[in-house]
Amino acid sequence: MTIQKPNSFRSGPDERGHFGMFGGRFVAETLMPLILDLEKAYADAKADPAFQREMDGYLKDYVGRPSPLYFAQRLTEHLGGAKIYLKREELNHTGSHKVNNVLGQIMVARRMGKKRIIAETGAGQHGVATATLCARFGLDCVVYMGAVDVARQEPNVIRMEMLGAKVVPVQSGTRTLKDAMNDALRDWVTNVHDTFYCIGTVAGPHPYPMMVRDFQSIIGTETRAQMQEAEGRLPDSLVACIGGGSNAMGLFHPFLDDPSVEIFGVEAAGHGLDKLHAASLTGGRPGVLHGNRTYLLMDADGQIQDAHSISAGLDYPGIGPEHSWLHETGRVKYLSATDEEALAAFQLLSRLEGIIPALESAHAIARVMDLAPARPSDHLMVVNLSGRGDKDVPQVGEILKGRKK
Amino acid sequence: MTTRIDTRFAELRKQGRAAFVTFLMAGDPDPATSLAIIKALPQAGADIIEIGMPFTDPMADGPAIQAAGLRALKAGMTLNKTLDMVRKFREGDNVTPIVLMGYYNPIFIHGVDAFLTDAKAAGVDGLIIVDLPPEEDDELCIPALRAGLNFIRLATPTTDDKRLPAVLANTSGFVYYVSITGITGSASANATQVGEAVARIKRHTALPVCVGFGIRTPEAARDIARAANGAVVGSALVDALRASLDAEGRATALTVGAVTDLAASLAQGVRGAAQAAE
Repeated sequence: MTIQKPNSFRSGPDERGHFGMFGGRFVAETLMPLILDLEKAYADAKADPAFQREMDGYLKDYVGRPSPLYFAQRLTEHLGGAKIYLKREELNHTGSHKVNNVLGQIMVARRMGKKRIIAETGAGQHGVATATLCARFGLDCVVYMGAVDVARQEPNVIRMEMLGAKVVPVQSGTRTLKDAMNDALRDWVTNVHDTFYCIGTVAGPHPYPMMVRDFQSIIGTETRAQMQEAEGRLPDSLVACIGGGSNAMGLFHPFLDDPSVEIFGVEAAGHGLDKLHAASLTGGRPGVLHGNRTYLLMDADGQIQDAHSISAGLDYPGIGPEHSWLHETGRVKYLSATDEEALAAFQLLSRLEGIIPALESAHAIARVMDLAPARPSDHLMVVNLSGRGDKDVPQVGEILKGRKK
Repeated sequence: MTTRIDTRFAELRKQGRAAFVTFLMAGDPDPATSLAIIKALPQAGADIIEIGMPFTDPMADGPAIQAAGLRALKAGMTLNKTLDMVRKFREGDNVTPIVLMGYYNPIFIHGVDAFLTDAKAAGVDGLIIVDLPPEEDDELCIPALRAGLNFIRLATPTTDDKRLPAVLANTSGFVYYVSITGITGSASANATQVGEAVARIKRHTALPVCVGFGIRTPEAARDIARAANGAVVGSALVDALRASLDAEGRATALTVGAVTDLAASLAQGVRGAAQAAE
């Protein structure tokens, strides 16, 4: 198949929600009228200056934006190559980039008069952000979380419950993020009249991939201005981890039409690409799941396969459709990092910079460990530090303790 | 184009009664038992047979049908084996309509053109694909109609009068009215509301309207059959099948009979209803 190079990488999706062959609206009829309503409500909100003003106010005073762009001097010296900057999304309220999107969606939900919010969560970061904003705006909140993830991300489960959310451990299928999304969709089909589904990543039926990307693009927009201030020019490369791909899309999108900027997404290679992993682009092919066509991990018969990653937030057999398109057009280069590489990067960043990254973000750091040394000292590299590692401390602590014995 | 579905509804109209439509998952709990059940269904009173194509992630299905799909997949069921099953059924029955129901991904991976050719050759009459709304008609609906298969659309309580024409535009065979907002096997339908909804749909189409979701007993089947052109029963049959399995989830000597006995009593319910005036 030949891929047509577009005039702009920033103009998608089309009116039917397609990024090339990817995206679309593959949902049950029950949901379709609501999805069309949402598309309209979001278009109205986007065109309303009052909506943007209100968003900006909460982003500044509640979320704590802008998040800093920090020169990681010791990491740079240690790796001996590119000058590494960290975009400090982990300093946002709730500890990750997820809050940027949740704030936007909750404000859209309020415009639509919805009183009940549901969400899926893997690592719990999106669930915590959703629980937080539901508390702030007095909305009912139900979070679906795979039973496996409930066990390995307990601190976030406790946080969600403290914030007043109901956490439902999902027992169906593989009991991880994809099944949490299935059960959230089942809830939505059942309670469509009063419920808003706050999707946590740049996936799902149109308009979600576009809407979530728009809310997350503040990451890249700030980075452009901050790098201009720090160095007087654009960065030379961007690196971000990818599960569904929302933190990556948020950083990448404002730079897609700057050809001088190299862009790298890092998928989770789990135990290795020849074993169990979660690298949909590297190890999957196009299929249809959860409302969109995108790269998926599946068998020869189109049955979805189990993903594996040490990081609950990346443990998903799909990826946002715009990433599939950026992969096929070649604009973004997609790499992967194994569980072991992520663990090493987790420890390295903690020791060198005094920043404990989320295991998700540690996948991006892992690839920086070989991308940076291969580039000159005047090369400016931005890594999205999408979340902090507090939630992973018990899990990583257990793993490391097990190894000392 | 006249399909077995069109022919069957024409016969039922003459008889003045509604259709009893059954749903079971292909390959549940194993391919041989599943085929035996399907073969026995027309004798038990099924007028139209829906066969589920197993999928790992059935987003609109409740626990009963999710579990049925997983049992079938565990028993090695594939899309090709589902088509084989239809082929074998057709060897002994060339009149009972067969509708394949499921999700798009296994078809997309099989290849749409190859699937339509194979399905038509196997003796499939219609398709119900849960995650293909009219907005995605180019994917499978239009090619299926061109290939001579019925494309049966779901209409739901959220499908309002404004949207119905779009939903009905490329629908053929019959309209499947999902009587509740929810997943399969959950709440039960209220016959009065169903009657109103069916009347509303009939203002927009001459197609038969069958109603499903939440029908579990002969009485409920009778009430729905009075209000619509057909009653679809799925989860209740799947539950009866599951209850007949051994501790390891394997078929027992009781399995085929457990399903056909319930089907027969539901069919009696449907036949006991005088058809609502057209």
